Amino acid sequence: MFLGRSLNLDGSLLIALLALSGLGLVVIFSASGESWDVMARQGIRLAIAWAVLLAAAQIAPGTLRRFSPHLFAIGVAMLVAVLMFGTVAKGAQRWLDLGVIRFQPSELMKLAVPMMIAWLLTRNRLPPSFTVILLALSLTLIPSGLVVVQPDLGTGIMLAVSGLFVVFLAGIRWRHIFMMLAVVAAVAPYLWSQLNEYQRQRILTLFDPWADPMGTGYQTIQAQIAIGSAGVWGKGWLQGSQSHLEFIPERSTDFIFAVFAEEFGLIGVIMLLVLYLFIVGRCLVMAYHTRETYSRLMIGGLALTFFFYLFVNLGMVSGILPIVGVPLPLISYGGTSMLTLMAAFGLVMGLHARRRLMT
Amino acid sequence: MASLGAYGSSDGDGHAVRQRIKIAGFIALGLALIIFFRLYTLQVKEYSRYQTLSLGNHIRLQALAPVRGLILDRHGTVLAQNTAVYTLQVIPEKISNMGAMLEEVGQVVALSDNEIKAFKRRVSRRPGFEKQLLKSRLTDEQAAKFAVNEYRFPGVTLEATLHRDYPRGELTAHFLGYVGRISERDQTRLDPAAYQGVTHTGKLGIERQYEQALLGKPGFEEVEIDAHGRTLRTINRERAIPGDNLSLTIDIELQQVAREALGSRRGAVVAMDPSTGEVLVMASSPSFDPNLFVDGIDQNTYSALRDLKDKPLLNRALYGRYAPGSTIKPLFGEAAVEVGINPNERVFCPGWYMLPDSTRQYRCWKKTGHGAVDLHAAIEQSCDVYFYELGKRLGITQMADVLTQFGLGRQSGVDLPDEPSGLVPTAEWKRSSRKEPWYPGEDLITAIGQGYLMTTPLQLARVAALLANRGQAIQPRLLLQREDALSGEARDQASMTEITNTALRVDPEGMERVIKAMTAVMSSPRGTARLSGQRSAYSIAGKTGTAQVVAIAQGEEYDESALREEFRDHALFIAFAPVDDPKIAIAVVVENGGSGAGVAAPIARQVMDRYFIKALKRA
Repeated sequence: MFLGRSLNLDGSLLIALLALSGLGLVVIFSASGESWDVMARQGIRLAIAWAVLLAAAQIAPGTLRRFSPHLFAIGVAMLVAVLMFGTVAKGAQRWLDLGVIRFQPSELMKLAVPMMIAWLLTRNRLPPSFTVILLALSLTLIPSGLVVVQPDLGTGIMLAVSGLFVVFLAGIRWRHIFMMLAVVAAVAPYLWSQLNEYQRQRILTLFDPWADPMGTGYQTIQAQIAIGSAGVWGKGWLQGSQSHLEFIPERSTDFIFAVFAEEFGLIGVIMLLVLYLFIVGRCLVMAYHTRETYSRLMIGGLALTFFFYLFVNLGMVSGILPIVGVPLPLISYGGTSMLTLMAAFGLVMGLHARRRLMT
Repeated sequence: MASLGAYGSSDGDGHAVRQRIKIAGFIALGLALIIFFRLYTLQVKEYSRYQTLSLGNHIRLQALAPVRGLILDRHGTVLAQNTAVYTLQVIPEKISNMGAMLEEVGQVVALSDNEIKAFKRRVSRRPGFEKQLLKSRLTDEQAAKFAVNEYRFPGVTLEATLHRDYPRGELTAHFLGYVGRISERDQTRLDPAAYQGVTHTGKLGIERQYEQALLGKPGFEEVEIDAHGRTLRTINRERAIPGDNLSLTIDIELQQVAREALGSRRGAVVAMDPSTGEVLVMASSPSFDPNLFVDGIDQNTYSALRDLKDKPLLNRALYGRYAPGSTIKPLFGEAAVEVGINPNERVFCPGWYMLPDSTRQYRCWKKTGHGAVDLHAAIEQSCDVYFYELGKRLGITQMADVLTQFGLGRQSGVDLPDEPSGLVPTAEWKRSSRKEPWYPGEDLITAIGQGYLMTTPLQLARVAALLANRGQAIQPRLLLQREDALSGEARDQASMTEITNTALRVDPEGMERVIKAMTAVMSSPRGTARLSGQRSAYSIAGKTGTAQVVAIAQGEEYDESALREEFRDHALFIAFAPVDDPKIAIAVVVENGGSGAGVAAPIARQVMDRYFIKALKRA
């Protein structure tokens, strides 16, 4: 692993990510109805994502930290720009058309928010004071709120959570945590009233998808049928009737886990969970062994955010969480989220590899 | 602060953050376990439930309706067949705006108000995924026009279906019956498995009687469909087995002759082969077009048919109940000989008859009287007074006995649904149903086939056949042969109907005397039906009958011309021919026809003539 070391990479994490990307291609091929075209496009995206990972790993921790506020400010500015000049797609204003490429600033914020919060917190003594916590929360809620009004509730929540994870890791006092929970509980009814009708319906559907099996409950029911009918051994690769006969909506994107679970059964599901947990666990171990707090918070925050993505996606596909548009990390079809995630892992590796170099 | 270093690192901080990393790791593991248990529940505990749901999602059973058996007459003329017609079918579930759809389809293919009303009724009563008929029998032009526009109407399909068709229409309506759409009431008695994909069932007549044989067995097709309902492939297929073809004993050409002879009059003709009981003719007039009923007749047309005074829907041959009048006199003649009454004994007929202790006069149809008549003359000239005397001597018990022997008052066992039994009165019957004793005068009127006695034309034809057979019983039937539609092989007859042909308890001498007298009815100068018997190339034995519809009060006279048509006597006639080797037995009833000899007998003669001409041609 000499080459790996010189490139600031982490061997076991690298292998796990490679395995996951490979598995992703295998599942995409099935979910797309055996389309080589889709496979090729996803392959190209993966290649780019890996290049981004390699590049991100070369960023020096000091540089990263220093430019955290700048990146955050640029990100917020772009989010504002999106709301003013953004391209509308699927009923939401998420894209910034830069002529050559279309860019989704909310993806940039997935990295910029934890960077910003880690930067803020490490400027002061830990555990953070109440004032600093309030400041951190405010800084988190600005981009998060801008994304929610696009409207993209899922990503907005993810941004907020990624900031909160960093605050949590920074050693925030438990009484502060409970205070925050109490505040959330207090404003929950107000938030509920602010939700769109379709968003409320999604949450209500969770309790009884069979109330409207052809309407709001359809996605949940069909995904559960796909998962449940697989049994222990699964129906076999390319053999999933629920996916191949198009009963599962969004089967190559948000609901791709249903396709995987249908074809590979409980055995496949266990293996996939183990692979994901290994990645998360490895990152947490790396955070643990890093000497310096900014890196520690960043690695730990990104690892937890990654896990949270996984949890929310599996939760919604298996019917224990409401349906929010969160893809299955590194497997769902689509480029932007993959680029962000690989960039994050690149940062993680780079921060960890040079843990001793900082003085 | 300076000791914290440029990056805020300190051992104190490090410890707290490391603690939090551990805690976060455990929380993540806990959440992962929740996910795992959820998936374990779905994939292991509830596996069979989801397995079933998954199969139900993409595997669908489609029933393949069997082709209904054909019905032919005895010489192979098709009486009921299946013709391909174009229909418009709608899956209501797939229609978002029913009103707009009907409007737009109506612009392509005209829809009548009745069609729309019937369609809406069906839609409201059945589940939305079930296909419903919108319009039947599209012309080729309409079908072509719709086919071009079909893409505009998702959920509406043009389908070629087999449609039951009765090419002889009115001629066969009564005995054949018809099929109709399976109704709510039918569904309670029909086995759903046997009727998969089947829309029609026999409602009346042969179509009802032999429903099981005609139906066939539905097949099925197991197909894989995708989420959009498109059929992807056939997984499994079992062909439907067509229903059996039925050959009937009916001779449609003879049936036609009988119908034409009846003309516009109300009445019935039943003819059968006395040696086998095969029914050659079962005609009822007036009639109706059974094709109207196949796709559901609209309420107005149906009410009009039902409420017509002439009752065209009624199969008079099977369900009409008539007093037999003098046609049953031969039976009492036979009974008289059997009990030892001397057939040569003469009874004087002054034109009326009186019981010893009564002043009531019982009239003979011939006001001037027949003078002294023996049994032969009494049958030949249909003397009522002779039979009044015979009735007095035999009594109701012995008369009921001979009538029952000859099949009256009970079902003949013909293979048609809901056969009525008619009525042979007895003293016990009167006591229990009318709470009255049997009066001696009722012996007299029973002896001339009046009073409570009620018979059907089919029963009378069977009486003629039993006389022709000299007492050999037969069971009338309409089914000649049932054959497999695919191989054409005849099926075992015995399994179809149990035929019990036994000999009646009759006196052979009495039988011969009676038949001789019936022959005289047709051929002697005094025979009541001599006009219908003359210039016949074959010998005929017959008996006329005239049954009162209204009672004529004592002292009044029956004046046909003065009576309203509906109160005139029913005209009846039974006959068989040739006398020595009978080939055909027949009964004719003409409601309010007036005289059996004048109206009913000529009809029988026409049918018999055609029968023998056909027989000669074949020979």
